[in-house]
Amino acid sequence: MNKPLDLLQGTLDMLILKAVSLGPLHGYGVLLRIQQISKDRLEIQQGSLYPALYRLEHQGWIASEWGESENNRKAKYYRLTAAGKRRLQTETDKWNRMSDVIAGILHTTPEEV
Amino acid sequence: MTLWSRFRSWLRTTVRRSRMESDMDTELRFHIEAYAEDLVRKGLPRPEARRRARMEFGGIERAKEECREARGVTFLESLAQDIRFALRMLRKSPGFTAVAVLTIALGIGATTAIFSLVDATLLHPLPYPHPEELVRIDDDLPGTGATDAGISIPEFKDLQRSGIFQYVVLEIFGSANLTGVSQPSRMQYEGVSPAYFAMLGVKPELGQTFDPQDQTPGFTLDVVISDGLWKRAFGSDPHILGKSVRMDNDLYRVIGVMPPGFRDPGRTADERNTEQWAALNFSSANRSLRVPLETVGRLKPGLTVAAAQSQLDALVASLQKQFPDAYPADSKWTVRLVPLKETVVGNVRQSLILLLGAVALVLVIGCVNVANLLLARASVRSREMALRQAMGAARKRLVRQLLTESLLLSLLGGVAGLVILFCMKGFLLRLIPESLPRLNNLSINWTVMLFALAASLAAGVIFGLAPARQAGRLNLASTLREGRGSKGSKEQTRTRRVLVVTEFALSLVLMIAAGLLLHSFWDLLNVRLGFNPQHVMSVQLWLPSPNDPKTDIYGTAAQEAVFARELLRRSRLLPGVREAALGAEPSIPLQHDGNRSQLIVEGRETQSKQPPLVERSEVTPEYFHLLEIPVLRGRLFNEGDDEKAPLVAVINQAMAETYWRGENPLGKRLMLGRGRPGVGLRVRKTWITIVGVIADARTESLANATVPQIYLSLYQDTPKELAIFLRGDLNVGAIPQEVRAMVQSVNPELPVYGAKTLNDAVSASLEQRRFSMDIVAAFAITALLLAALGIYGVISYIVNERTHEIGIRLALGAQRGDVMRIVLRQGLSLAIAGVAVGLVGALIVSHLMAGLLYGVRPTDLLTFAGVAILLISVALLACYIPARRAMRVDPIVALRYE
Repeated sequence: MNKPLDLLQGTLDMLILKAVSLGPLHGYGVLLRIQQISKDRLEIQQGSLYPALYRLEHQGWIASEWGESENNRKAKYYRLTAAGKRRLQTETDKWNRMSDVIAGILHTTPEEV
Repeated sequence: MTLWSRFRSWLRTTVRRSRMESDMDTELRFHIEAYAEDLVRKGLPRPEARRRARMEFGGIERAKEECREARGVTFLESLAQDIRFALRMLRKSPGFTAVAVLTIALGIGATTAIFSLVDATLLHPLPYPHPEELVRIDDDLPGTGATDAGISIPEFKDLQRSGIFQYVVLEIFGSANLTGVSQPSRMQYEGVSPAYFAMLGVKPELGQTFDPQDQTPGFTLDVVISDGLWKRAFGSDPHILGKSVRMDNDLYRVIGVMPPGFRDPGRTADERNTEQWAALNFSSANRSLRVPLETVGRLKPGLTVAAAQSQLDALVASLQKQFPDAYPADSKWTVRLVPLKETVVGNVRQSLILLLGAVALVLVIGCVNVANLLLARASVRSREMALRQAMGAARKRLVRQLLTESLLLSLLGGVAGLVILFCMKGFLLRLIPESLPRLNNLSINWTVMLFALAASLAAGVIFGLAPARQAGRLNLASTLREGRGSKGSKEQTRTRRVLVVTEFALSLVLMIAAGLLLHSFWDLLNVRLGFNPQHVMSVQLWLPSPNDPKTDIYGTAAQEAVFARELLRRSRLLPGVREAALGAEPSIPLQHDGNRSQLIVEGRETQSKQPPLVERSEVTPEYFHLLEIPVLRGRLFNEGDDEKAPLVAVINQAMAETYWRGENPLGKRLMLGRGRPGVGLRVRKTWITIVGVIADARTESLANATVPQIYLSLYQDTPKELAIFLRGDLNVGAIPQEVRAMVQSVNPELPVYGAKTLNDAVSASLEQRRFSMDIVAAFAITALLLAALGIYGVISYIVNERTHEIGIRLALGAQRGDVMRIVLRQGLSLAIAGVAVGLVGALIVSHLMAGLLYGVRPTDLLTFAGVAILLISVALLACYIPARRAMRVDPIVALRYE
């Protein structure tokens, strides 16, 4: 198995928004969801997850409420807000454009120049 | 929307901070536990799973911190947290806290006290609206050497019409007998142009002041009195307006009372203590007749002093062209504008700045000491700091935490300092000499409070920086490995050494400043006075001079001589009195404000229209013998020198040297012009013959041995301000009462005041010098103690640190004397480094304060060497205690200890 990739700077927020857009999650759940979707190919610093969650909530893109976890423990659940949905959309568009451009540059052959 | 939600989130978290903290705890704990559960499910044993979960999460504290930051609550939140934590830390070591707070409290208290003095004198010298517009107008005649030569009435009218001033006012100061109240007393009055109060811009507390447009010539009979006089002489009578007061036998009507705190912006303490104002208009068309009046004006709004001066110069030039007879070219008449502020505070600025500098140095030395204490504590706390960093606390946060602690210390110190200041206010006010020019009452106002706050904050930053910097650079691994009570880093020891060297340098500067002042003071105290003040007292009285000369019972020299002789006869009968003499007020050594008369020497009268000025006073024949001033040539006065005999004068050596160098002054003739009002008021057109020369005595100024002086026979003149001199075994407490009874048995209307011994007069003339010297000396001693404490602390610390090494040395056979020498050498090298740096600073400072010194050069070797040696000795003494401890180290204990 390949060594997991370190997360690109600034992409964690986007991944969190995506993760909670699929349904409310608690913090640990967000971590698991990202790992599951990425098939463990991404390495996420657990410590950096919470500051990101707090930041997103502070910006109004996600909202939180206390609920019960699968094993009946008190946990804080995050869900996407309407503003968050719009934000995820623009972030996704921006990311796609960016990766197209980067990929285009990287695939350039000498003949094309 | 986002802004709103952001604010809401901030509000929520700020308001419900504790709730959020516990939520965050719960959330993070849930994460770690859930992860650990998963790991257990994967087959790890539970304790191992827990450990892994924690480790992979990373720094929990740092994560929490970042979460708080993400919420935007950090600043206020963490500040409150820091303060709570700092308070806890300070409570935990009460000894340290007490010493640090007390040091800062003394520093801030003293600095604030001096600052309040500076605030009331230098910063806000004039308690009137738009003080920057007020100027004093001085006429100089540089061609004749006369400064402030007085003004002629036509010139005054020219100034009023010049368009430069809103108001121009003439002032004349005097003192008068206030009678018709319970005890006749003397009181300062001032004759002023009617626009005086309008110019100063102050309204009365009761009644009214003068009409600025009033043109009535002479004194009007309406007066305005001060709040002090109203309270003292009239018992705050609410119906005072319209009542009469008798001043020198003339009746005046009170039309207004000024508010408390109103003072005349005069040059001397007497002028500033004016208690009664009368309106005065002059009429004279003679341009050459200069009258000894003060001129004060208020410039047109927006006009700078420099601009006004150049307009005035143009005016002077055109007047000189217009009236060539009145302004001979050789007198070089000029008119000079001086900001009123300058004339009030001018001569004390240097002393006050010296005091402020000295107290600031003490504060800095105090800060350095506290910094040293904090550093010592930091080395004890280095493990705590390392641990907190290892757990993920950001360095930035730790530095901030330490700075919060030191700022808290300094603010506590500042508050304590202000409390001390408030409690000691009355005591401190009594230390300030009356002669210190100030029109404001000293108060701890907002400016002063703000200054104290700023000084505290600055102090906190100064002494907090070193330890905070240190914490920011902690090497985690080595600090944690070294264990509890670890040694400070090399760098820390170096910082502490630098601090001690700084402390010594600053102390040396202060001590040399104090030493030079002390040396000057000592020289002044031991100056050869030229007269003997021992067992002599002087008591003053004042003869009335009514506006109507016909009612003056002391109007002629013959009338006054009868009174004077009777006074002398009765004085000699007082208990203990062996000798008695009488003189005009300026004959009291070292007290008066000067009484200079124009001098016209026979045969030289055509030299200039503006003759030189000499100090003059009138005395009875006994005066010189009583003060033991020897005659050098000719004779002194005798009883025959009265109004029937030709006028005679006795001059001092300095005057003989100035005007008759290489000649015999005996028999030379001269004329004297008008003196100070009330003192030798008459202008005589009669020649006065010099009959004797006396030795120079420092009766004018302790610092100046050679002031030309001339004495006239009191029986030939009519001075109004008199002094009775008594020599003998006097009962100092009883004399004022006895002399008052004696004088009032001759004339019950005469006020008697100002009784004092001449020894007191001598020391009173040193009052301002003594004030600044005492304070600087007190500061220097404080600085010395602080420096000693500082070096003691550092050497003790170094000895503690080297206990192990010393043990090894001793075990290997080192002599105990060697150990002691090593330690002492370390202390000595610090002290010498400090002294070397300090000497450079002291040289700069001593040259800056050269104007405050007397008889001592700013590079006085004795002072410099003495202070350096004293400081080094104190350093050795302070190091001796830890050195002895080092010597007594038991090698076995020291080695086992590790």
